[in-house]
Amino acid sequence: MSEFLFLYRGGEGGRSPEVAQQTIQKWMTWMKELGAKGHIKDQGHPLERTGKLVKGQKKAVTDGPFAEAKDIVGGYTLIEAKDLSQATELSLGCPIFEFGGSVEVRPIMQLSM
Amino acid sequence: MELEEHLFRREAGRITAALTRLFGVHNLALAEDVVQDAFCRALEVWKFRGVPENPSAWLMATAKNRALDVLRRERTARTYAPELGRLLESEWTLVPAIQELFSPAAIKDDELRMMFSCCHPRLAEESQIALILHILCGFSVSEVAGAFVSGHAAMEKRITRSKKVLAESKRLFEIADDADFSVRLPAVQRALYLLFNEGYHGSSTKAAVRAELCREAMRLTKILLGHPPAATPATHALAAMMHLHAARLPSRVDGAGNLSPFYEQDRSRWDTELIVEGQRLLDLAATGPEMSEYHVEAGIAAIHATATSAENTDWRTIVSFYDMLMSIRPSPVVALNRAIAVAEMEGPESGLRELHAIEGRERLLSYPFYSAALGELELRRGRRKVAREHFEAALLLARSPMERQFLERRVSACDEKDKESAAVSAAASQKTEVR
Repeated sequence: MSEFLFLYRGGEGGRSPEVAQQTIQKWMTWMKELGAKGHIKDQGHPLERTGKLVKGQKKAVTDGPFAEAKDIVGGYTLIEAKDLSQATELSLGCPIFEFGGSVEVRPIMQLSM
Repeated sequence: MELEEHLFRREAGRITAALTRLFGVHNLALAEDVVQDAFCRALEVWKFRGVPENPSAWLMATAKNRALDVLRRERTARTYAPELGRLLESEWTLVPAIQELFSPAAIKDDELRMMFSCCHPRLAEESQIALILHILCGFSVSEVAGAFVSGHAAMEKRITRSKKVLAESKRLFEIADDADFSVRLPAVQRALYLLFNEGYHGSSTKAAVRAELCREAMRLTKILLGHPPAATPATHALAAMMHLHAARLPSRVDGAGNLSPFYEQDRSRWDTELIVEGQRLLDLAATGPEMSEYHVEAGIAAIHATATSAENTDWRTIVSFYDMLMSIRPSPVVALNRAIAVAEMEGPESGLRELHAIEGRERLLSYPFYSAALGELELRRGRRKVAREHFEAALLLARSPMERQFLERRVSACDEKDKESAAVSAAASQKTEVR
């Protein structure tokens, strides 16, 4: 088994109470399924949309947001999968796509020594 | 932890009502933004962490904290509820004041205030209902549009305009002023009545939408009943009517999603608990001199709900109730229902005579169930060809696939030879359900 990081970008924004509730329901169902199949190493955390950006040799500190809303990382999950293609397959069920968001699937580098 | 159905909708209404009380009605949009923020936060957190132990309290607390942020940050930039002004100015009083404002009892009052505020005399009845659904029941603009089978753009315009009227009304309706209260109460009852009817008889094709509208109307009526000055005999009668009708809701649509004619409804599927509660409420309504339209309608519903079959229904009393209704709130639709009851009591000829004599029946010409009623009674008299023409006319006016299918079945019933009796019953049945 290898480890992968799912980075969730965008897919937020206004929606009606009913749609918000259904979205949460879908996320919980999806997470639960992944967990039941033993793919979740760490459920991860949501990230605040605000923060600081420190940049350059001068260590200039600026306020977030750092990018357009659709590019902001809203959270992450640590996934266990056989290989990158299985991990990618697992991401397809994520409800984020319904709202224009994306999942970035990144292999955690294997350090074999 | 599972999420209770429609929790977000209900909480949206409660929180918006509480925040509007806090910020002042002119800041309705700000209140809505704060609710939206709180929901976004729930979305972000719960999808990772699951639903908390007490989701309602979580949402309320989150909204409360956001409200505190807003008040601290924009204390001088905005004016808030004038009657709370001084409490919100100092940090000493701010937190306890907000604790108090978000207590369950206070929120019930806020919902009541909002309900009365939405029934502003400057708003048309349909706008009042749209506003109640949108603000107090957490329906999005497109969900409200869906409930009324209206276009999104038209509904958005209507809601925006109505919100403006509300925001310009300077302050929320003051429920403690008894005189004003009793003046506006009938408008509120009427709005809840119409909301319920939209669910029960309305044109939305989705059975689920209809049930939700009925449920929301009942929930808000219950809030009225919980506030003594609002718990008048008429409010009890209104609640009784809703319960007695709602009891029959499960059997109105058959397994295939088709409208089920009254005569063919499976009475074992009627909800006896709702019937018992409806009758209890009707007993409570029977005090004082006032005989409201809700009393009469609840009376009619009670007869239907307790009759063992359509044949064993006390049509004579129903006709006399419709006579009363005609004197309280005359309308061609009431007259149509009355004519159908007359047909049940005295036969199709009498019913047809009544139908042809309805005053203002030109207003029914765009209404499919007027032609359908003519068709049913003609069919019952054995005049198939005439009946068929009436049903075809009705079919052209059908407002939903559900109505269309129902009427198509009636058209083909005219061609069948041996099914007269079934057809007849199906007929009247549908009619008695019409408002």
